[in-house]
Amino acid sequence: MSDAWKKFFRNRLALAGSLVIALIVLGGVGAPWLAPYDPHEQFFDGLTLEGAPLPPDAKFWLGTDLLGRDLFSRLLFGARTSLIIGIVANGAAVVIGTFLGLVAGFVRGWLGAAIMRFTDLMMAFPALLLAIALAAIFNPSLWIVALVIAMVNWVQIARVIYTQTTSLATREYIEATRALGANWPRLLFVHVLPHLLPTILVWSTLGIATTVLLEATLSFLGIGVRPPTPSWGGIIFESQSYFLDAPWLVFFPGIAVLLMALSFNLVGDALRDALDPTQRGR
Amino acid sequence: MLRFLLSRLGQSVFILIGVTVITFALAFLVPADPVRMIAGRSASPATVENIRHQLGLDRPVPEQYVRYVTRLVHGDLGRSYMQKTQVSTLIASRLPATLLLMAGAIFFELLIGLTAGIWAATRRGHFSDQAVMVASFVGVSAPQFLVGLLLLYVFANLLNLFPLGGYGDLHHLILPALTLGIGGGGWYSRVMRSSMADVLRQDYIRTARAKGLKERKVVLVHGLRNAILPVVAMVGLDIGIFMSGAVVVESVYGWPGIGQLAWQAIQVIDIPIIMGVTLTAAVAIVLGNLLADLVTPFIDPRVRL
Repeated sequence: MSDAWKKFFRNRLALAGSLVIALIVLGGVGAPWLAPYDPHEQFFDGLTLEGAPLPPDAKFWLGTDLLGRDLFSRLLFGARTSLIIGIVANGAAVVIGTFLGLVAGFVRGWLGAAIMRFTDLMMAFPALLLAIALAAIFNPSLWIVALVIAMVNWVQIARVIYTQTTSLATREYIEATRALGANWPRLLFVHVLPHLLPTILVWSTLGIATTVLLEATLSFLGIGVRPPTPSWGGIIFESQSYFLDAPWLVFFPGIAVLLMALSFNLVGDALRDALDPTQRGR
Repeated sequence: MLRFLLSRLGQSVFILIGVTVITFALAFLVPADPVRMIAGRSASPATVENIRHQLGLDRPVPEQYVRYVTRLVHGDLGRSYMQKTQVSTLIASRLPATLLLMAGAIFFELLIGLTAGIWAATRRGHFSDQAVMVASFVGVSAPQFLVGLLLLYVFANLLNLFPLGGYGDLHHLILPALTLGIGGGGWYSRVMRSSMADVLRQDYIRTARAKGLKERKVVLVHGLRNAILPVVAMVGLDIGIFMSGAVVVESVYGWPGIGQLAWQAIQVIDIPIIMGVTLTAAVAIVLGNLLADLVTPFIDPRVRL
């Protein structure tokens, strides 16, 4: 493990990604203290005389939105939405995917076959369309959006875990433990699961990138987390029609989404390099 | 060959049956009553019952499902609640725009992905390799709406090179297709790089080099033919995914494809259209995968079906 960490820390891109993630977490958690203004306050001097939003200046660092609210403060609070969705939705997807993949790979038989055929079926669905339809049907709150994302994102993890479990299940030490009288839940969770932790760690990290992008996309289409909760995709949705006149309202939150997804992708990729010997040199 | 085809067809049929069950179930998840939506608020109870009976919604659920599948087999996707038109007609009317965007997107994906992937694979460990890999990560991490709006702002608004949106000639196609191509190209280049790097390590490549072949020819003729297989599989998958429309890109550029149809239907919860588009996309994904499998032996004769 220490070798793996050394390898990880030698990867400068991964370190940069970790730093950005740390900053986003800090910004989101510390938003009430770090934000220069209340994210909901509509400033009288936050709009031009004609009522147009202000471009970035000394008072409003990233400019103001259509209602004269400070964009920087809204972005800080929006980081919370992205982080919560990233952790909850992706966490749920990882738990569901890992559990089903483990059971399918270890129990095999009709149950395993049924689970894997179901993942085939899910792969044949256009994920984005399914998420959009579900989100639109269920009038989304923060938790519904997280649930919808988890429902479409668990499939890949289940397949990866399944493949690894099938190969682990045939190892001799498993046979030996079974001979000693261990029942299958014990075999699965005490003797198989720990070997899968590196894979789970890698996929959890990469999954956050996918989740953040999907959440932003849903919000952009207007079916994400409802206002007044600030979310990065939501800010873009609100200001989209005004974007040729006030492009900063679209670009700053868009770049925030990009940076967050990019950081998690870089870190996840570096973890895969560091933890998975079969991927070495790729 | 025949056996492989039959077993793959069998699998596909199974998946498609599953898809019909899920799309059918989708209709029951909706909290709104479709009959009320068609009849309007002021309809009398008798009218409501009449419409319910006409749609067959007063029948037991299993019977409704059998009817649904029977109609599907006859190519009938049902009738839109709002637009009072056959769903198949609506989808067919959006097909040219969707297919055009798909072709443009796959063109850019391959252009970006193959060039960048081969470039990086032949310069492993160098600065340019790392630069390409970082760029590919930016490509896959960039939200489509950001790329779309950015291209729109720079190339249509500031430079005035392309129209701000709409549908028509090649001019209209380039920006939306490029937006999709940047994201997909990022994935393609990563796959292409690792696949090409593996191939270039093999003995027959060493032989080709040893007999004095130009490096360019070694990579682009001998290497590419084997290295491209995983990318072919990805194209197969993308064909299916693009058939469900590119909702975000179509909304940014006002592109009248299947994605826009689906998006409008989702907003008014027009279930038959949503079911129809999902089903069309699922069929396309299954066929796209099958197509990729069928093309493979022509590229690599060692692969037998």
